[in-house]
Amino acid sequence: MTDTKVERHAFADAAAVLGGALGIGIGLFLAFQSSDPAMALHGVLLALGGVLAVVWILSSAFRGSGSNDDGQGYMDGPIKVATIAAVFWGIAGFIVGDFIAWQMAFPALNLDLPWTTFGRLRPLHTSAVIFAFGGNALLATSFYVVQRTSHARLAGRWAPYFVVWGYQLFIAIAGTGYLLGITQGKEYAEPEWYADLWLTIVWVIYFLVFVGTLARRKEPHIYVANWFYLAFIVTIAMLHIVNNLTIPVSVSGTKSYILFAGVQDAMTQWWYGHNAVGFFLTAGFLGIMYYFIPKRVERPVYSYRLSIVHFWTLIFLYIWAGPHHLHYTALPDWAQTLGMTFSIMLWMPSWGGMINGLMTLSGAWDKLRTDPVVRLLVVSVAFYGMSTFEGPLMSIKSVNSLSHYTDWTIGHVHSGALGWVAMVSFGAIYCLVPWLWKRQGLYSLRLVEWHFWVSTIGILLYITAMWVSGILQGLMWRAYDNLGFLQYSFVETVEAMRPFYMIRATGGLLFVLGSLIMAYNVWRTIRGDTPVDVADQPRVAAAPELRPAAA
Amino acid sequence: MTTKHVDHVTGVETTGHEWDGIRELNKPLPRWWVWTFYATIIWSIGYWVAYPAWPTLVGYTKGVLGYSQRATVTEEVATARAAQGSRREALASTPLDQIKANPDLLRFAMAGGGAAFGTNCAPCHGRSAQGFVGYPNLNDDDWLWGGKIDEIYKTIQYGVRSGHKQAQDSQMPKYGIDKLLDDKQIDDTAEYVLSLTGKATNTAAAERGKKIFAEQCVSCHAEDGKGKADLGAPNLTDAIWLYGGEKPAIVESIRTGRGGVMPAWQGRLDAVTLKALAVYVHSLGGGR
Repeated sequence: MTDTKVERHAFADAAAVLGGALGIGIGLFLAFQSSDPAMALHGVLLALGGVLAVVWILSSAFRGSGSNDDGQGYMDGPIKVATIAAVFWGIAGFIVGDFIAWQMAFPALNLDLPWTTFGRLRPLHTSAVIFAFGGNALLATSFYVVQRTSHARLAGRWAPYFVVWGYQLFIAIAGTGYLLGITQGKEYAEPEWYADLWLTIVWVIYFLVFVGTLARRKEPHIYVANWFYLAFIVTIAMLHIVNNLTIPVSVSGTKSYILFAGVQDAMTQWWYGHNAVGFFLTAGFLGIMYYFIPKRVERPVYSYRLSIVHFWTLIFLYIWAGPHHLHYTALPDWAQTLGMTFSIMLWMPSWGGMINGLMTLSGAWDKLRTDPVVRLLVVSVAFYGMSTFEGPLMSIKSVNSLSHYTDWTIGHVHSGALGWVAMVSFGAIYCLVPWLWKRQGLYSLRLVEWHFWVSTIGILLYITAMWVSGILQGLMWRAYDNLGFLQYSFVETVEAMRPFYMIRATGGLLFVLGSLIMAYNVWRTIRGDTPVDVADQPRVAAAPELRPAAA
Repeated sequence: MTTKHVDHVTGVETTGHEWDGIRELNKPLPRWWVWTFYATIIWSIGYWVAYPAWPTLVGYTKGVLGYSQRATVTEEVATARAAQGSRREALASTPLDQIKANPDLLRFAMAGGGAAFGTNCAPCHGRSAQGFVGYPNLNDDDWLWGGKIDEIYKTIQYGVRSGHKQAQDSQMPKYGIDKLLDDKQIDDTAEYVLSLTGKATNTAAAERGKKIFAEQCVSCHAEDGKGKADLGAPNLTDAIWLYGGEKPAIVESIRTGRGGVMPAWQGRLDAVTLKALAVYVHSLGGGR
């Protein structure tokens, strides 16, 4: 038995080293053969990643310890990496976002350099917050949750590490590419073909690790959070592959051409774009909600039946909603109708998650007052409910004719992104850090309180400014005088929005500030500093093995 | 593991499963949730019956209302055009110099021209047409290419150095860049140009510059320095300066020849809008 285990590990190590060597080879080929400097840089990054991987694998193999986990129990190493990465990329993404918000108010901040213009920094911001911050939060929590709720160790010896580090490499390639002007011009799918291919490899391994872990589970049933995670992983794979079907100009060049053209391309793009919201930012984060809320408040999930019904209706309906991004365009009327009606029908399935999240607190509402981590989680669900009402509302064609292309859309996105996605991730990170690093609790619950209020005020400033600005903008665009001429020129609408741009950027600054407070708190907790207010923290704040028994 | 288990806080039975300490209550779906969900489905079905909705093998279901986005927008544009009545045709057929005689037509041209100006011209000339350095003020009576309404119309139609065959075109030599004059000569010429408005500080230099001006500049800017509108050569004797009237700016103008560009608007804007713009710009205060 021991022999086969040793052999299995040796085989895994060898395969991992071979994989790393392959990465080095391809990376060096691109670094030296490509006439495209961006591609050469990305080749260097890939080769560097391969070298680090090989050195690390070989050194652990010769130490004889395998990976840096005990090989028994749960594998938490990759989760720690992704947790820290989420905090890091979150702050980076928020800062870039706030910087471009100030650019809107003060265009001189574009600095007249190609690398710092709004056009390049905007995708850097969106990708950093959605894929780098959100993606790492999903990687960390999904690996944590699937192990705990399946009573099984993560599948694979190196594969989970490959997933988290491979994902960081993807982020580095995509982000540096944006700054250098490498983009395929598809919103939220800007990385070029080679970065897409790399992400596809990482994602398939992610899927295999997740499903492999589920297959080893010792529980008879699969917990609801894992349904959501699995739906997220599978659907994102499908969306990513189809929307990024391109023909590269050459194997050593960055440029490629999308397979689709015209309105077919637009429809594919928004089928992707809207379901990135649906399956990445909704389904994935509902997975977080379904584990961390009941766990933190120590109450059962409100309704099992609701979780089943809203899961399947959400999955079935979301995939149709994309065309509402293309109202009043060349997209045929019938497709617009389907996009709009499916968005309306999506309202209740979305709210099913909100009900299950909020009502899980029944019998424990007092924790909203005493535990700011619970407050982060619950307020995130409230923002989720608000955004998933606002979304169907904005998908109605007559509302959309006012809201489309205005700041209202930006406000809507951020009430979902800051209010829901980021807040639920903050809550999960505050839970995870003491659990993963085996601490008595967070370094300071009072700092969480500060984080909560600073970022909540920031979000409210942001979204109210964008509501007013967006509706004002929409009304100004459509205003005609009695002779049938436009009442306002475009530049007048921009001028009218400027005060709101400043309010928005101020809100964003508060949000950045909140995330810095979190980073400090997380750092002190990981460092092992004695919590300053451990008596105020609930028993579940401590790592499972350090927890006093339930009262 | 499926044992009967009751949550003691709510008294509700759970499903009997437990994952890492998490249980689930066996609660029914909230009634209001179910009925609202049904209502959205029924509403959607109604919408599908009314509007174009489902693709078929040969097309799509048209809906009983016969709605079509293209037809609607065509209709709305036609209605808007109709609301502008006969004024559009009147503006198109009335000669430029007679538009101002018809108060109703003038009001229409001013409204249309103002809207078009805000969208197309204000980015360079400013929202009040006050201009910026390099972009002329359109409110004064100093015109590079002529301030009569047909001259303004021509400038708008074909632009300035726009590449259009009929564009207003001329090029002042790049005296410094092309080494036609040395730095001292340029400095002297600038002193002379300043003397035209009584701002010269070095009379000896201005005197030397006068000779250079007579050789190099009079063919366009005229002997008296008042310029020639058909060549786009500015009047150098007034207080209005496109690139600044201070000495360093004048030296720079002589050195580089400047040569600002305005796009041709014919082909980008329709004929009626172009005419309305000419009327609007002519009426800003300085039209001749």
